[in-house]
Amino acid sequence: MNSLLSFAIGFAQFCFVLAMLAAAFRLLRGPSAQDRVLALDTFYMNGMLTLLMLGIRSGTTVYFDIALLIALFGFVGSVALAKFLLRGEVIEP
Amino acid sequence: MTLESLSAWVALPAAILLILGGLFTAIGSLGLARLGTFFQRMHAPSLGNTLGTGCVLIASVLVSTALANRPVAHEILITVFIVITAPMTAMLLIRAAVHRSGGRPAPGPKP
Repeated sequence: MNSLLSFAIGFAQFCFVLAMLAAAFRLLRGPSAQDRVLALDTFYMNGMLTLLMLGIRSGTTVYFDIALLIALFGFVGSVALAKFLLRGEVIEP
Repeated sequence: MTLESLSAWVALPAAILLILGGLFTAIGSLGLARLGTFFQRMHAPSLGNTLGTGCVLIASVLVSTALANRPVAHEILITVFIVITAPMTAMLLIRAAVHRSGGRPAPGPKP
């Protein structure tokens, strides 16, 4: 039964790496700026999920804190980029 | 207690949730790479990634609760955060895209 769990962890990691490759493709190729911001958003979320997979596999809670930080700062970065695309500046006077 | 000594009652739902979460996330991100216009590409990752993150975090709660022999639920924090922030990012990006396209309605898919 535990070989099933380790297979599931490996499969999920493979899926997340595939998703990061798709996001990197869109990040490099994306015709407009908002495509690239969306690709970056997808990219950090998949990186966070890969870290959570490492956390489940190793059984420690260190990776959880890193994943929380990545989620926090990734959201701030995405919102700042979207605000810049919307208004032309991030923090308005 | 290590990962090898988990009982089947924890390992089986966690494995199913991990496989489902991985599939949802991969499908959403492949949609990001495959679909035609920006407003179509917006749907796939924001739906698939939120659902996939939910599945993976529930699996993580299950495994860490079984490993620690007590209720461990701090992964719920990431779930709540993602559920709150993903629609906000999507909405801001859509407004930015509409603004950058000159306020015109979204172009349809090419025939």
